[in-house]
Amino acid sequence: MEVSTKPILTEDLDVKPSQGKTSVLKALRNNKVAYGSFWFLVVIHAVVFLGPLFWTTDPDTLQDAGSLASWSLQHPFGTDDLSRDVFARMLHGGRVTLIVGLAAMLFSLLIGTVVGACAGFFGKVVESILMRITEAMMAIPTFFFILVALTVLGTSPAMVILVIALAGWMEIARVVYGETLKWKEYEFVEAANASGATPFRILTKYIIPQIVPSIIVSGTLTIAAAILTESAISYLGLGIQAPTATWGNMLQNSQQYIWTAPVLGVLPGVAITIVVLAYNFLGDGLRDALDPKFVKK
Amino acid sequence: MNQELKNSPIEPSEPLLKIENLKKYFPIKGGGYFKGNKKVVKAVDGVSFEIYRGETLGLVGESGCGKSTLGRNILRLQEPTEGRVFFKENDILAYRSHEMRKLRRQMQIIYQDPFSSLNPRFTVGEIIGEMFDIHGVAKGAEKEKKVKEMIELVGLDPSRYHSYPHEFSGGQRQRVGIARALALNPEFVVADEPVSALDVSVQSQVINLLMKLKEELGLTMLFIAHGLNVVRHISDRVGVMYLGRIVELSETDNIFDYPAHPYTAALLSTVPEADPRLKKERIVLKGEVPSPANPPSGCHFRTRCPLATERCANERPELAEVRDNHFAACHYPLEKGQTLKEAITSLEQSRQPVTQ
Repeated sequence: MEVSTKPILTEDLDVKPSQGKTSVLKALRNNKVAYGSFWFLVVIHAVVFLGPLFWTTDPDTLQDAGSLASWSLQHPFGTDDLSRDVFARMLHGGRVTLIVGLAAMLFSLLIGTVVGACAGFFGKVVESILMRITEAMMAIPTFFFILVALTVLGTSPAMVILVIALAGWMEIARVVYGETLKWKEYEFVEAANASGATPFRILTKYIIPQIVPSIIVSGTLTIAAAILTESAISYLGLGIQAPTATWGNMLQNSQQYIWTAPVLGVLPGVAITIVVLAYNFLGDGLRDALDPKFVKK
Repeated sequence: MNQELKNSPIEPSEPLLKIENLKKYFPIKGGGYFKGNKKVVKAVDGVSFEIYRGETLGLVGESGCGKSTLGRNILRLQEPTEGRVFFKENDILAYRSHEMRKLRRQMQIIYQDPFSSLNPRFTVGEIIGEMFDIHGVAKGAEKEKKVKEMIELVGLDPSRYHSYPHEFSGGQRQRVGIARALALNPEFVVADEPVSALDVSVQSQVINLLMKLKEELGLTMLFIAHGLNVVRHISDRVGVMYLGRIVELSETDNIFDYPAHPYTAALLSTVPEADPRLKKERIVLKGEVPSPANPPSGCHFRTRCPLATERCANERPELAEVRDNHFAACHYPLEKGQTLKEAITSLEQSRQPVTQ
């Protein structure tokens, strides 16, 4: 009987820990779309974060070219309705959007990992309380929650990040919870307990490192969702407020000029779409690359 | 009496470990939230025995009889449902969790599966070094030196300090597991089927290593196994378990030469003899091991026992001394030298005369 309660997990354990990030990239190389997405994202992030060092035009200053000017050498994407340089706004707006996405993802990961790992590891009352909270959060319509929370808490960048994170940690918690349940059954975890390790040590040194691949995958998919959410709430006017540019509020701003200056809407729209798509492709690719049991259809 | 004790191969001077009426019941899932009659699996059902300082107590039984559960409960890796465990006369089940963690350096466990019992993301040095870190015994270069000594002690090359478990074979991994368990020089070790997962050729190497280390380090060991010959080789005393209870307990030779419990006798008859000319009577037990969720009344073995009577169904036999230092839980224990076959015949004869 004690034999059957222990899962037979031997083949799983032949993880080669010496394989670092390089081998993950190598595994990713077989999946062309995901590999392409990875490099595309590297380029986008480099352009958005380093670009303003070279393109020094201020995104909030009114330009001499006038409003809704067409493209020129001085203003490659023209100017917007208030005669600000669209290229500079795309760069700075991208910065804000991507930082909000990354920060919200990190915060979601933190909450999700702590909740999931504690629920899975401690079980009993802790598990009941934490997982019921998680399920309750999942039952609340995300968008409704975000709109109400932002209306109450205000729309400063920190609040936007916090609220997006609070709306997006549940999936991660469930993934980490499931993985923790699986890993805590391994004998090496019991052996750590038999050695006198504290629960904190067992969680941080024995269980969570095994879950890191799953966390990376969830994190990648969470960034995509966070960027999309930030754009959506900006579009509704509850996101980060003007004059600070984000891709979302640039999109909102462009509505009334959709026939006169379509480029104002197309640029941020396309940017959001391809970045979110690329993150999704990368996430899917990573899941395949990190999970050998995942059979491609 | 004293004289006699001193001459016996094991010195029952003082028990290092004393287990009293230990029970571990697992609740069975299902039955719905609101049903009162919760069923349980009685994995360990009232077990009492002592382990003396310096001895190796072998524990045998079929898979599912609760022997591994017993080992884990003694170390409090699972919480017993009932009973008491005394380690050096202290009731360790009353210990708080931080006291228990401190005590763990004195009592260790060696696992059956050399694959799942080692953290795949730790090097061998880290796996063994964890023991020193957790108990704050040694750090840095001193720790590395001590870990390398341990690696060498179990017969591995200390230069493999930075190797990962997947770079080793099963037998080598088991040596790493042994090194981890013995790193802080514990007094008591539970070896939970330490060789069942290994090739036969490797088994004997690991057994010999364990015996050598036991001698050198003065270990007290609870050796759990299902292979009888392995247990015979390594144990001073042997306990036989059946469905959560100890049915027989005595010195190794007593158990193997003169079993008193019919189950032990049947179990022993399955051991293949090296000499083909020695013909042995093989006793095949009828039926299967009953479910521990619904064990038979009285003696758990009675449904398969050729000697069972009505008394066995009504009365639970307690572990009692049937001969000198030989304990069995049976209403009709075999006499010294009596085979099960003979016991069956004599039982039938004793029934016959009434009708004739």
